[in-house]
Amino acid sequence: MTPKPASGSLQRKEVFAAWIFLAPALIALLLVAFWPLARTFYFSFTNATLDDPSIYDFIGWLNFTEIARDAQWWRAVGNTVLFTIVSVVLETLLGLGIALLLNQALPGRGALRAAILIPWSIPVVVSAKIWEWMLHDQFGIINNLLIGLGLVEHGIAWTATPSLVLGVVIFIDVWITTPFMVLLILAGLQTIPEEIHEAALVDGVPSWKRFWSITLPMLRPAIGVAVLFRALDAMRMFDLSYILAGNNERTMTISIYARNQLISFQETGLGSAASTWVFFVIALVAVLIIGALRLDRSTTAGR
Amino acid sequence: MTIAARRSSARYRWQRRARGFGLFVLLLLVLVYTLFPYYWAIVSSLRSGSALFSTSLVPSFDLTHYMALLQDPVFTGSIVNSLIVAGSTTLISLAVAVAAAYALGRLTFGGKKLMLMAILVVSIFPQIAVMSGMFELVRWFGLYNRIGSLILAYLIFTVPFTVWVLTSFMREFPRELEEAAIMDGCSHWRILTRVLLPLMGPALASTGLLAFILAWNEFLFALTFILSDENRTVPVAIGLISGNSRYEYPFGPVMAASIVVTLPLLALVLFFQRRIVSGLTAGAIKG
Repeated sequence: MTPKPASGSLQRKEVFAAWIFLAPALIALLLVAFWPLARTFYFSFTNATLDDPSIYDFIGWLNFTEIARDAQWWRAVGNTVLFTIVSVVLETLLGLGIALLLNQALPGRGALRAAILIPWSIPVVVSAKIWEWMLHDQFGIINNLLIGLGLVEHGIAWTATPSLVLGVVIFIDVWITTPFMVLLILAGLQTIPEEIHEAALVDGVPSWKRFWSITLPMLRPAIGVAVLFRALDAMRMFDLSYILAGNNERTMTISIYARNQLISFQETGLGSAASTWVFFVIALVAVLIIGALRLDRSTTAGR
Repeated sequence: MTIAARRSSARYRWQRRARGFGLFVLLLLVLVYTLFPYYWAIVSSLRSGSALFSTSLVPSFDLTHYMALLQDPVFTGSIVNSLIVAGSTTLISLAVAVAAAYALGRLTFGGKKLMLMAILVVSIFPQIAVMSGMFELVRWFGLYNRIGSLILAYLIFTVPFTVWVLTSFMREFPRELEEAAIMDGCSHWRILTRVLLPLMGPALASTGLLAFILAWNEFLFALTFILSDENRTVPVAIGLISGNSRYEYPFGPVMAASIVVTLPLLALVLFFQRRIVSGLTAGAIKG
């Protein structure tokens, strides 16, 4: 036991010091996060425009109802939800598989652990451009490979075919973000004590059953946190869709829709209302996932 | 040893070898999946003219695109801009975060949990949700179309991240470290700068590198708050490279630009590999 400082003045000093040390970070976040967010909420009830946001009238909920009536907004919502669900599921499965592989005693796994950081650390623009080039309809190496294998006769225009382009966006996103999943799940795997597996092995429990009833339940918290981070990131995705397909309606996300209103059409009021929607959709998803994680933790703890 | 036992051990050995081989093939597949695209970008960046359309996997060493890039003032300018923006953002957030992490990790005060939550909540703010307010802020400070706007705006994601990771590092130090200093009547400032900070070199390096990467790669604010080419950062500069027509997209130069802006960062990432992984997972697993 460490003796607590007995005198009250020392404690008061510590509290005072704590707030002084915390102040710069708090001021920075108030300035660049909470204040702009509050202004966005505020503008969403006005008809302000970008070229002179100081002149505006309050128009109540009009911006929100206008967006709710816009078919393009709902298409963007659909795209974003579909993108989030499919890509997070694929990333989780792939990440789980690769993490299990890397957890084996294998020659070369150190190299792979380093290699897996590459897709994660390069900018999204670069990843998008590299894949765009590899998927090029005439000169792309993927189409050349498919033709060489006799799978297709002509190159497929991956990014120009309307029905394929969202699939391509998901595919590239999976490539970019699987490393993050792998690292988080791998860290979770390393917290599982070796003895549990050894005991099961001695009892002759088959490997699939060991995975299903030991590894997976013990990984749940790690996977849950990883899914939370990835889902929130996917819901607000902007750059990948924008770089690959611009304002294509097939890949437009809610962030792209909101930025269009805000910057391209100069409608600060309408754009702010769309941004406010984005904020609350993401907050809702966060609350739901965190709630599920909490529930999970309390039921497993109560066993 | 009976014959049956010998047989079963031979079978066991064979099974183990088959399993090892299967895993090795899987490992190779994953390596190809993660590495080939980047390798192909390097190969393509070193080919010009019609050689670019070759499908040979063996690289040649044609530096045409690289020479052209180095003579392009917009591109070299964007690298300088990105270095200034990412560097300043990183330094400011590290300075702010070290102080905050000391309070959150080593001191006791009411409202600590609430402050930690408030900082964590910021990291789920979608960038688009603060856009119109940030636009106004940037204009008030007279920073529109200047890289200063990005240094300011990027604090929204680098500060929560660095505070969170450094706090988890800060908590790991044993209590005894500062006890002697407290007995001697050292101020908290002295404890932080003389006792703890010298021990935090590796933590600062890896956290700083991660923050630098976040700022270096950012696209949405950089696209929105900068208007003219000479003030652009690297990701937007690459995003806006265009050919003479839609059908002549210059993939060779774009690949070369991609390699130039990622290779130094990748070298650092691979060098700090272990620390990066622990920094990335520290916040997530303990949180």
